[in-house]
Amino acid sequence: MKKNRIFNTITLLSASVIVFIVLAALLFTGIIDEYNGQLLTLAGIYIIVSLSLNLITGFTGQLSLGQAGFMSIGAYSSAIAMMNFHLPLVVSIIIGGLVTAVFGLLIGFPTLRLRGDYLAITTLGFGEIIRVIMVNLETYTGGAAGLKGIPSFSDTGDFLKDSIIKFSWVYVFVIITIVIVNNLINSSPGRAIVSIREDEIAANSMGINVSYYKIFSFTMSAFLAGIGGALYAVYFGYLNPVMFWFLTSVNFVVIVVLGGMGSITGTILAGVGFTYIQEWLRFFKDFRLVIFGLALIIVMLFWPRGLMGTNEFSIVKFVRKYIRKEHEGGSSKPSKIKGVK
Amino acid sequence: MSVMEAKSISIVFGGLKAVTNFDLKLGKGELVGLIGPNGAGKTTVFNMLTGVYSPTSGDIVLNTSREGHNYKSIIKLKPYQITQSGVARTFQNIRLFKDLSVLDNVRIAFHFNVKYNALQGILRTTAFYNEEDEITEKARDLLKIFNLQDKEKELAKNLPYGEQRKLEITRALATNPKVLLLDEPAAGMNPQETHDLMNLISFIRNKFDLTILLIEHDMSLVMGICERIVVLDYGQTIAVGTPEQISKDPKVIKAYLGEGV
Repeated sequence: MKKNRIFNTITLLSASVIVFIVLAALLFTGIIDEYNGQLLTLAGIYIIVSLSLNLITGFTGQLSLGQAGFMSIGAYSSAIAMMNFHLPLVVSIIIGGLVTAVFGLLIGFPTLRLRGDYLAITTLGFGEIIRVIMVNLETYTGGAAGLKGIPSFSDTGDFLKDSIIKFSWVYVFVIITIVIVNNLINSSPGRAIVSIREDEIAANSMGINVSYYKIFSFTMSAFLAGIGGALYAVYFGYLNPVMFWFLTSVNFVVIVVLGGMGSITGTILAGVGFTYIQEWLRFFKDFRLVIFGLALIIVMLFWPRGLMGTNEFSIVKFVRKYIRKEHEGGSSKPSKIKGVK
Repeated sequence: MSVMEAKSISIVFGGLKAVTNFDLKLGKGELVGLIGPNGAGKTTVFNMLTGVYSPTSGDIVLNTSREGHNYKSIIKLKPYQITQSGVARTFQNIRLFKDLSVLDNVRIAFHFNVKYNALQGILRTTAFYNEEDEITEKARDLLKIFNLQDKEKELAKNLPYGEQRKLEITRALATNPKVLLLDEPAAGMNPQETHDLMNLISFIRNKFDLTILLIEHDMSLVMGICERIVVLDYGQTIAVGTPEQISKDPKVIKAYLGEGV
């Protein structure tokens, strides 16, 4: 059993390193140009925020339309930590996550009494309140004019080098987020969270403190969304409350639903897909949204549960199948560590 | 020595007196049946005993020690706290975690006894692996008793109806209860399945040292295994006694068949 665990860890670690090296090499040699490099980085940020939303919506079963609100709290608080308090980048990003987690805890309480549509409206209102507060807190946030001059990941002046460094930062955080969400879901507290989605009454009578785990899930989700927001701030170097309006939240819901509610790999696929499709459709100008909506309807018609449903693509299983075929069958896995990218 | 006692509990919904002055003493190891016509308030009694509803008046006490007398009132506790104190239940309309595997359904019930926290789970510490191995093994042992061990990877919703009922009982047992409340365990089963279920219920009572209260409409099951039967009608207890006494009680016959029969 221990051997299995070590094998799993090594497979996943090497898979994430290999993916990174391949992407970085493609960027370095110019096969992926800077424009696409930027897009990949942005996709990474979308993946982080979408995974955080999937934790509440896909795994806990609580529809949230305020994820952009969480994101903006993370973005502004980390930007302020860097610009006003001159804290280092990593510290600021983590502060962004922690400040957002506090708000997640607060917004978690109303969710105990609200369900479904009512909760969605409440979280939507929350997102809008945050946006309006950001517009009016001009001294710190720059108000509607926006906040300029947020320090970047790297500022060497060499565009190629900068974009690779940007990409690496975001990539590391994407991997950390995937590991956090995956390990949480495949543990006993994670099963408690999923049981709330399945049947709240049954979960309660199985000895699970439903209120505690709902709030826990909201807090955790807010933390991750805050990290995503902080990366977003550093990535653009500029913040404006409009970036976090209601439709931004909807975008994340679209990614989660497209990928499959309750699927980590689905969210990753949909996150990358969404970012690219959004860019390709840019030449349609305003019709972009119409076409996007149509595409969404078509996908939902043919895959009503999203691309992956609640399934996962598991790298460990994949590798097992093709490299260690002789070891298959005999060993049952104690932990299902599921796929990374 | 009683394990659980309901002392004159009543509940009123708006103007409707759903249950009035219900008394029940569950002795250790007893198997008691709760019967009554539709709408008599049987499930409401269950919901009060498990904390889903809190009674308008009266008290429910639970003996928390396995041997001695250490009664505590559970009337203010939430359902999950009552389960953690040792009262587990199943539901009339099956409430499994449908999209989860059979194994996960059972493992979830072990959750409140798990000693590692979320952080240890995320960091995959040794405590995580040890506990996971342990509860997985325990869950498999339980599934074996109910002959579900080959289906642990299947989704709960894909099981046949009878097995879903069995899985619900397995899941309830995983919370390590002292008192088990079964709400119509034989509903929808054919006579053969009902017969097997009867044997199974007697078996788990002895094996897990349980006290069982069950609601059932299938009289062959109730009369076959219950030592004592409580009959409810319009929220009031109309008869208490052994199966023979109950089957001859004129008030019970009247409640079921009406007057002039």
